[in-house]
Amino acid sequence: MGDNVVLAARHIAKSFGGVQALKGVNFDVHAGQVTTLFGENGAGKSTLMKILSGVIQPTAGEILLDGQPVEFESTTDASRHGVSIIHQELSLAPNLSVRDNIFLGREIPGTGGVDYAEETRQTRALMEDLEEAIDPLAPVDSLRLGQQQIVEIARALSVNSRILIMDEPTSALSASEVEVLFGVIRELKSRGVSIVYISHHLEEALQVTDQAVVLRDGDMVASAPRDEIDLPWIVQKMVGSHFDLGTPPPLNSDADPVLEIRDLSIRMEAAGGKAVNDLNLSVRPGEIVCIYGLMGAGRTELLECLAGRVPAEHGQILMRGGDISDMTIPERIDNGLVLVPEDRQRDGLVQTMSVGENLSLASILDFCRRAFVSDRLERGIVDRAIKEVTVKTDGPDAPVTSLSGGNQQKVVIGKMLATSPSVMLLDEPSRGIDVGAKGEVFRLLAQHAEDGLAVIYSTSEVEECIAIAHRIIVMNRGRIAAEFSNDITKEEIMAASGEAVIA
Amino acid sequence: METTQTMTENTAQPSAWQRFNPGRILLGGRAFFALITIIVVFSLLSPHYFTVSNFLTMSSHVAIFGLLSMGMLMVILTGGIDLSVGSVLAVSGVFAGFLMQGVEIESAGVILYPPVWAVAVLTIAFGAFIGAINGVLVAIFKVPAFVATLGMLYLARGVALLMTNGLTFNNLGGSAELGNTGFDWLGFNRIAGVPIGVIILALVSLVAALLLSRTAFGRWLYATGGNYRAAELSGVPTRRVTISVYVFSGMCAAIAGIVLSSQLTSAGPTAGFTYELTAIAGVVIGGAALAGGRGTVRGTLLGAFVIGFLADGLVIIGVSEYWQQVFTGAVIVLAVLLNSLEYGGRRKT
Repeated sequence: MGDNVVLAARHIAKSFGGVQALKGVNFDVHAGQVTTLFGENGAGKSTLMKILSGVIQPTAGEILLDGQPVEFESTTDASRHGVSIIHQELSLAPNLSVRDNIFLGREIPGTGGVDYAEETRQTRALMEDLEEAIDPLAPVDSLRLGQQQIVEIARALSVNSRILIMDEPTSALSASEVEVLFGVIRELKSRGVSIVYISHHLEEALQVTDQAVVLRDGDMVASAPRDEIDLPWIVQKMVGSHFDLGTPPPLNSDADPVLEIRDLSIRMEAAGGKAVNDLNLSVRPGEIVCIYGLMGAGRTELLECLAGRVPAEHGQILMRGGDISDMTIPERIDNGLVLVPEDRQRDGLVQTMSVGENLSLASILDFCRRAFVSDRLERGIVDRAIKEVTVKTDGPDAPVTSLSGGNQQKVVIGKMLATSPSVMLLDEPSRGIDVGAKGEVFRLLAQHAEDGLAVIYSTSEVEECIAIAHRIIVMNRGRIAAEFSNDITKEEIMAASGEAVIA
Repeated sequence: METTQTMTENTAQPSAWQRFNPGRILLGGRAFFALITIIVVFSLLSPHYFTVSNFLTMSSHVAIFGLLSMGMLMVILTGGIDLSVGSVLAVSGVFAGFLMQGVEIESAGVILYPPVWAVAVLTIAFGAFIGAINGVLVAIFKVPAFVATLGMLYLARGVALLMTNGLTFNNLGGSAELGNTGFDWLGFNRIAGVPIGVIILALVSLVAALLLSRTAFGRWLYATGGNYRAAELSGVPTRRVTISVYVFSGMCAAIAGIVLSSQLTSAGPTAGFTYELTAIAGVVIGGAALAGGRGTVRGTLLGAFVIGFLADGLVIIGVSEYWQQVFTGAVIVLAVLLNSLEYGGRRKT
């Protein structure tokens, strides 16, 4: 690997509870180069980055900085050694100015408190270095997301970081903002800063990559310099021996649609734009529809609007011909429309409750006798649900937080299945669960679709589109950009989503 | 591939919460052990403590706080807080007193003297109404519970003072010819030797316990407090649940107001001052989490008894009032410390 390795991880392992996220990974960061980490969700990329930046500590293995073993107790400790991380979710205080954010926690003392003039001067110098016209006194929440990212980078540079870890920095950026970011990255490289880069946008990432490293299921499976590799190589290493996510179940194409969406528009929360724009879609019983799109394409807004969490601006949502647009969430559930949300921890589970209580929460009125809950009926429903969705648990009384991610997801799905829905919406059902559980979730969906359940799931991984879906809808900026049947290739899907536009 | 997955996941479940652990048992039953300790210590310190009559007296003191704590528990389980209960207690007492004095209807030229049962029902409805205002502010208008009920704390107290001009209704006995006697029955009488107030607390606790553990509403309540967004998406009528708990709390405060003014045979606008804090302390000592989602009726009852028996015990052995406050404060802080020990570890997963 040569002498220019500044940061090296040796046999790094990390387990959470009983789940091994990393299984002895070796990893090198080269001076003045961009090392890109490729891998699917749950491959261990983020865990490895968190270890390198001191957010968490490894269970085993060591980190070498310039050949010397070091231990990072915290992110402050790591940044003292010149290693900084820029998280996917930016960690800026939106109410403070650019200057105050950059010097947050290490303000320059002056005679009468903080030396704001000096801070402003240094901030301006940093911005000039990055060739960005950002006013040091502008409040961060007045900046575009791309500019906020630059501020975050400036903050890392202001503490003399030699190694900068970027976790999905482009996920929320527009194409032109990505160009700016890549310009900054090249500028940083020329100054000798080493960059570790993580991204889901493979083609985009390849543009800045010097060294590629591929992780799969907590193992490093391949690494190579840029000029020896191409996109197919990466995809093949990432996916490994193709894991079968199933095939679409047989479909009766004569049935009347169970769910119809007509001219649906949803206002975007932040700006004045539209998250979903005049969208039309109809789904038949037993049909499985996959919605593919990048972050910000409007998938989550669409699904949350259908479920009743977000109001529609205009348009109609029909279930078996009846308009449900004005219904509350419980009414929609009664009508057979349920949502399995994207963020399990935030929207899916009640962490203070047991596995059983979570499973029965949505269908509780079905097993009440007069005013009271019937323990016997509830136990029956819960036991059946645990068996049906194959939750691996000590029993219905175990805390739901004791389960692994995949099993937690199955609990959320089982909870909604217990209401006997006719349409099930799933927002990124595979997020943060391992490959095995992913296969089980898809099999479960295919199985219920065969019994007539209509399924709409969203994903940002092409691999999962082709699995069990009869139809693949590609969303881009709130509209349906393309519609495919199951015999499509991954490349065509990615091209339609706007992923390749930047290249 | 899949089988190895299954195995790692199965071995990943050594289930710490099921292993026998004396520390955990002590921690889990801390309110109970605290109560036993208090009773033993004060019985050793004073011969007057461990007597039936003293226990009954202490229990009727506890009844007032216990009732407030029951309502508070419901609110805290949803992750809210009700600071207005002390004031609602006072304004309800005053309202009951006002009804007992007779309501003059000028147009008809008569003065109505409602019977005692009607007074009680109207007063409880009045408390429910105040609770409903709190609930609507919190659930519909998204006013933080702390602020909404803080406002109500002042508002209700002010109304109570206005209704009596700062004075106290003293004559709540009623008279036989008006048919409204019996108000003091609540405060003074006993059934099988047990003060009525304690029986009312027992009944309210029973209702609360049934509601929480046996009904869908109870499950919804725990879910709303445990994770509001997840509960909402699961079809739980979270707003209705939130409003209901404040209504319940208002009703509990009104009942406490009736019992207290009946015990005193007078209704003053300054009654129940800072009682909301004692009520919160009872709930917290009983092991409920202020963040919501965790807590039981049994724990809260124990908590109320811990606070009440401690306070009265300190009085009996003649500790100065200043020291009483120090002890009470220490017990509350200790309780919260133990709560975070119990819940702090689990939250992180």
